[in-house]
Amino acid sequence: MAWDKIGIAKRIAQEVQDGTYVNLGIGIPTLVANYIPEGMEVELQSENGILGMGPFPFEGEEDADLINAGKQTVTLRDGSSIFDSAMSFGMIRAQKVDLTILGAMEVSENGDIANWKVPGKMVKGMGGAMDLVASAKNIIVAMQHCDKAGNSKLLPQCSLPLTGIHCIKKVVTDLGVFDIRDGAFHLVELAPDVTLEEVIAKTAGKLLTQ
Amino acid sequence: MGFNKVRASAAEACEGITSGMTLMVGGFGLCGIPENCISELVKMGVKDLTCISNNAGVDDFGLGLLLQQKQVKKMISSYVGENAEFERQMLSGELEVELIPQGTLATRCMAAGYGMPVVYTPAGVGTEVAEGKEVREFKGKKYLMEEAFDADFALVKAWKGDAMGNLVFRSTARNFNPMMAMAGKITIVEVEELVPLGALDPDHIHTPGIYVHRIFQGVNYEKRIEQRTVRQRI
Repeated sequence: MAWDKIGIAKRIAQEVQDGTYVNLGIGIPTLVANYIPEGMEVELQSENGILGMGPFPFEGEEDADLINAGKQTVTLRDGSSIFDSAMSFGMIRAQKVDLTILGAMEVSENGDIANWKVPGKMVKGMGGAMDLVASAKNIIVAMQHCDKAGNSKLLPQCSLPLTGIHCIKKVVTDLGVFDIRDGAFHLVELAPDVTLEEVIAKTAGKLLTQ
Repeated sequence: MGFNKVRASAAEACEGITSGMTLMVGGFGLCGIPENCISELVKMGVKDLTCISNNAGVDDFGLGLLLQQKQVKKMISSYVGENAEFERQMLSGELEVELIPQGTLATRCMAAGYGMPVVYTPAGVGTEVAEGKEVREFKGKKYLMEEAFDADFALVKAWKGDAMGNLVFRSTARNFNPMMAMAGKITIVEVEELVPLGALDPDHIHTPGIYVHRIFQGVNYEKRIEQRTVRQRI
C-alpha cells in the first residue's frame, strides 16, 4: 500500500537533520513537525515572523496575535524569537534556514516547481513560496504522484506557471522518494507495496531507477 | 508646538487621506491590522484606493470592509484567498490585483524606509513575476531588480506607543507593520496602549518615533482569529 499523507510526512521527517532550522509549508509539510524523531532538536521557522514555533494552543489559550503563516493559532517554544516580515525573508534569502518543505502541483525533471497558479481558476497568490524556493539551500517537495485525473505530476517540464526554477532537490510522493539531479528523477525508495512498474507508468519525466 | 504627533481619534489621525491615494496597510491575515483606521476609511468614503497589504482581509473584516464598499481600485498583495467579494470583483475586472512574492513585498517596504530606490531579490526569477523587470547576475545567481514602494500614507497597528511615536509590537502582530511604518510618506499608527514618555525602554523599541507622524489610542479591538486551531488536553 502506498503512503497516505501521514506516511509521506513520516518519510520526510527522516530527512530532517538534528540542529537545523526548517520552514514547513501548508498541508502535508505541516504534518512533518509531528514526526520529527524524539531527542532531535529542530527549530521551525514561520515566515510571518517566528523561529521556534510550537504546537497548536490548548483550547481557551488561543492568542489572536500569535499565528503561523497559515494564519492558524500556534504557540511559542522556549527559546523562540519574533521578528518582522523583512527580517523573516532576509534570513530565508541569506540561506540561514536550512530546509524548506512545501507542496506542489507540478515538479519537473530539472527541478522547476509550479504550485501557485492554475490559469482560468481563481488565483490566490504565491505568498512566500517564490521567496522560499529561490533561496533555500535544500528544498523537499511533498505531494501526490498524480493529480485527481491520474496525470503524472513529475514532468519533463511544468505546464503550469512556475514558482521557481532549478531549485527542487527531492520529491516525496505517495509512491516513493525521488532525488532530482542532472535533469532526471532518481528513484531512491519505493513506498511499501508499490511496484517499480507502477512508478515508471506514473512518472512522465525522465526517471532513473539505477 | 513641539512634535505634536498624538491625535484624539482615528478621524483626526486619518485627515488628509483622499480618493486615489496609495496606502500601505499593516497586518498578516487579520493579525495586527489597523482596525480603527480601516473603519475610519469606510466612514470617510474615500475611493479608488491602491492598497499595499499582504492580504485583503475576509468578507466582513479587515480590508474586506473597504472592498465591500468598492473603495479599492487596486490591491498589491502576496496572497488573497478567503474573500468571496474580492474574488468576485477581481474576476469581473472591477478590481485590479498585482500579486507579488511576500518577501518582495516586505523588502520593497523596507527599501523605502531605508532610503534605497531598489533592491535585488532572487524571488520570481524565471517566472511571470520577472516579466518586464531587470535581471542581474551577482556571483553566478540571478536576481530581479525591485523598486521601493511609494505610499502616500502607511496605516500601522502597534501594541504600545508613546507621544514621540516610538512603537512596540506584540508577537506575530508585528509582521509587516514595522517596515510599513518606516515606508509611508505619512505614517499613522494606532496602538492598543498609548503610554507616557519614558514608559518604554529605549532598548526595547521596535520602531523609533522618527518614522511616525501621527499616533492615537485605538478602541474596541476585535482581533478576530482567522483559523482557530487548538490541541486537546491529554
